[in-house]
Amino acid sequence: MHQFELTKKVPLELFGYDVSFTNSSLWMLIAVVAASAFLIMSMRGRSLVPTRFQSMAEVIYEFMAKTVRDVCGPEGMKYFPFVFTIFIFVFFANVLGIIPGSFTTTSHISVTFALALTVFVFVTLVGFKTQGVGYLKMFVPEGVPLLLLPLIVVIEVISYFMRPVSLSVRLFANMLAGHILLKVFAGFVIGLGLVGGWAPLAFMVGFTGFELGIAMLQAFIFALLTCIYLNDALHSHH
Amino acid sequence: MDPATAKLIGAGLACTGLIGAGIGVGTIFGNYLNGALRNPSAADSQRIWMFVGAAMTELLGLLAFVVAMIILQ
Amino acid sequence: MIAAIVAAAATHAAPQSSGMPQFNPAFYPSQIFWLAISFVVLYLLMSRVALPRIGEVIEERRDRIQRDIDSAEKAKRETEKALAGYEKALADARGRASGMAKETRDKLTAEVDAEKSRVDAQVQAKIAEAETRITATKTKAMASIGEIASDIAGAVVGKLTGSDATPDEVKKALLQVSSK
Repeated sequence: MHQFELTKKVPLELFGYDVSFTNSSLWMLIAVVAASAFLIMSMRGRSLVPTRFQSMAEVIYEFMAKTVRDVCGPEGMKYFPFVFTIFIFVFFANVLGIIPGSFTTTSHISVTFALALTVFVFVTLVGFKTQGVGYLKMFVPEGVPLLLLPLIVVIEVISYFMRPVSLSVRLFANMLAGHILLKVFAGFVIGLGLVGGWAPLAFMVGFTGFELGIAMLQAFIFALLTCIYLNDALHSHH
Repeated sequence: MDPATAKLIGAGLACTGLIGAGIGVGTIFGNYLNGALRNPSAADSQRIWMFVGAAMTELLGLLAFVVAMIILQ
Repeated sequence: MIAAIVAAAATHAAPQSSGMPQFNPAFYPSQIFWLAISFVVLYLLMSRVALPRIGEVIEERRDRIQRDIDSAEKAKRETEKALAGYEKALADARGRASGMAKETRDKLTAEVDAEKSRVDAQVQAKIAEAETRITATKTKAMASIGEIASDIAGAVVGKLTGSDATPDEVKKALLQVSSK
C-alpha cells in the first residue's frame, strides 16, 4: 500500500491537532493550481473565436452549466460555482492521481468524506434557506398509508443521512480499486520478468486509459449527485 | 482454522458482492442502449438518470469491495 | 505461467501488516485541514475569476451571433420590401398601359361607328331620293302607257271594225280587260 502512504513534508500543529503538510496536501494544492491555471490562463485571450485551450475550458463550463440547468432548473444556476468547483477539484485530483508516482488524494476516505460532508451541509442549508421548515416535508412522501408512514419517515431520514456516506465511499472505492488493480498487475510485471511481463504490462496500458475514463466519470457523477441533491433542496416535491 | 486464512477467505467472500453490482450495471447500460435505439429522440433527456442509476448500483458493489479491504487490513 | 502469476500476486499484492493508510486516523486532521484550504482557495478562484470570465466570453459570443442573425434578417426584410415595391410598380405600369390601350381602342371604335352611321345616313338619303324619283318616273310611265294603249287600241279597233271608237269607250274596255 505504498502508493497510499502519507508522508509528512512539513510538520505543523494547530490547536493541538497535527495538520502537517503531507504529500496528499501537496497534490491537493497541485490540483488547485493546475485547475486554476488551466481555466484562467486559457481564457486570457478572451477571443471570440476560441483557441484550443479556451475551447476546452468552454466545453467543460458549458457541459456543467447544462447539467445544472437540466437537473436543478434555472434557479439552480445560483449555485453553479459551487458545483463547478466540486467537479473541477475531483476531476483534477482523480486525473492527476493516474500519473505514476503521484498521489491520489481522492483515494483517501477522509478527503472524499470531507468533500461529501461539505456537499451535504451546503445542500441542507440551501434547502432550509429556500423552503424553510417545509424542507422537512421531504421526509414525508405523499400518498403513503398512515400505518406505514412512521416506517417510511425513518427510512427516508436514514437515506438522507446516508447521502454523504454513499457519495464519499463511491469515489473513494473507485479510486482505490483502480489503483490497487494497477498495483497488482505491476507486481505481475515484475514477477513474470522480461519474458512474461509484457502481457500484464499491455493490460496496464489499456487499463490506465480505462482509469482515465473512470476518473472523469466519477468526477461527473459526484457533481451530478450534488446537482440532484440541490434540486431536492430547491424544489418542494408537493 | 488459522485466523489469517479465515481473514483471506472472508475477504474473498465479501468480494462476491461485486457479482450483483456487475449484473446491475450491465443491465442499466444495456437497457439504456435498448431504449435509446428504439427511441433515439428521448435518449438524451434520460442519460443523466442512467448515470444516477449506475452510480447507485455501483455503490453497492463498492461497499462489498470496501468491506473486503477492511477485512484485509 | 499460472504458478508464476500466483507467486507474483502472493509477493506483491498480499496485504502489508501495517494496514491501509486510509484507515489511520492520525492523518485525518491534516487531510481535512488542507482539503478545506485548497477547496476554499479553488472556490474563490473559480467563482471570482474563472467562471465569470468564461461566462462573459460565451455570453458575448452568443450576443454577437444573435446580433449578426438579427442584422441579416433585417437586411432580408428590406430586400423583400424593395422587391415588393418593384413588383407593385411593375403591376401599376402594366395596368396603366392596358387602360391606355383600351381607351384608345374605345375612342377609335366610337369614331369609326360615328363615321359609319353618318355615311349610312347619307347613303340612305340618296337611296330614298332615287327611289322617289324612280316611283315618280314609273307612275308617269304607267300613265303614259295607258294613253298609248288606248291610242293603239283605238287605232286597232278602227282598223278592225272600220268605225271609230271613242277614246272613252276604249279606255273602259281596257280597264275591263286589265282588271281581269
